[in-house]
Amino acid sequence: MSLDAFLLLAAALFSVGLYGALSQQSIVMLMMGLELMINALLVAGGAFWFYVAPGTADGQVLVLVAVTVMALEMAMGFAVVTALLRARDVDTTDDAGDLKG
Amino acid sequence: MQAVAFWILAVAAAGSGAAVFAVDSMARATFALLASFLCVGVELLLLDLRYLGVLVVLMMIMEMLVMAVFMIMYMMNPGGLMPMTMVHNHRWAIGISAAVFAALAAGILLIPWPKRQGTVPRDPAFSLGQAIMGPKMLVMMVVGIAILATMIASVVLATGRGRYDRSPGREDGAK
Repeated sequence: MSLDAFLLLAAALFSVGLYGALSQQSIVMLMMGLELMINALLVAGGAFWFYVAPGTADGQVLVLVAVTVMALEMAMGFAVVTALLRARDVDTTDDAGDLKG
Repeated sequence: MQAVAFWILAVAAAGSGAAVFAVDSMARATFALLASFLCVGVELLLLDLRYLGVLVVLMMIMEMLVMAVFMIMYMMNPGGLMPMTMVHNHRWAIGISAAVFAALAAGILLIPWPKRQGTVPRDPAFSLGQAIMGPKMLVMMVVGIAILATMIASVVLATGRGRYDRSPGREDGAK
């Protein structure tokens, strides 16, 4: 085990999540991709804490914030999906392109 | 021993993460994601982060069960009885994520990471608690307010009984 190995795992999780967030049409599957990307942050934050600065708790606080963000992202995502489905009967990203630039 | 556990869990975490987008049913995808989170939780345990590792495991079990309910509520083909692929821009997505992985991996292997400063405390959870109740109090307060704001916003968004949920003149709730 080394910092490199943990960061490579984080990079792999992040890339898989990025693929999901870019490619999935279903909004809920897209959110799963985002969750995987935050999952990678957890690994990277924990590894940085352990291998770079275990003396302070900064890395642990970062992991705590990432875990919270993950839960909040899911709650808000489902609320938005619910609102979209109620208002327009839409559950795919292609039908919800109002903000497309 | 720890290295073996790390690599097994790492392959399992990345593999089940990839399975999320490969399996045919939304429910299976949810549980594949749960498997990935559980592997990451145990990886955190390997880093001596006992509290955060257990927190991730417990939180993700609950979160994914809620997610499975939503999946089955909203999405087509929850049982996986027929093949399902719903993707757009497939080739670009694979190319971009492969390029991002290559760039990240190159950075990880080429950057000379700083030497370790300090030692692992005897009880990391204790130092985390002291940090968020002391110098990192602001982080904790922002997180608390963000959770409250999310609770209010998600209920406001998701509720069907609002100011704008029916057409004008229809008091019976019909659209």
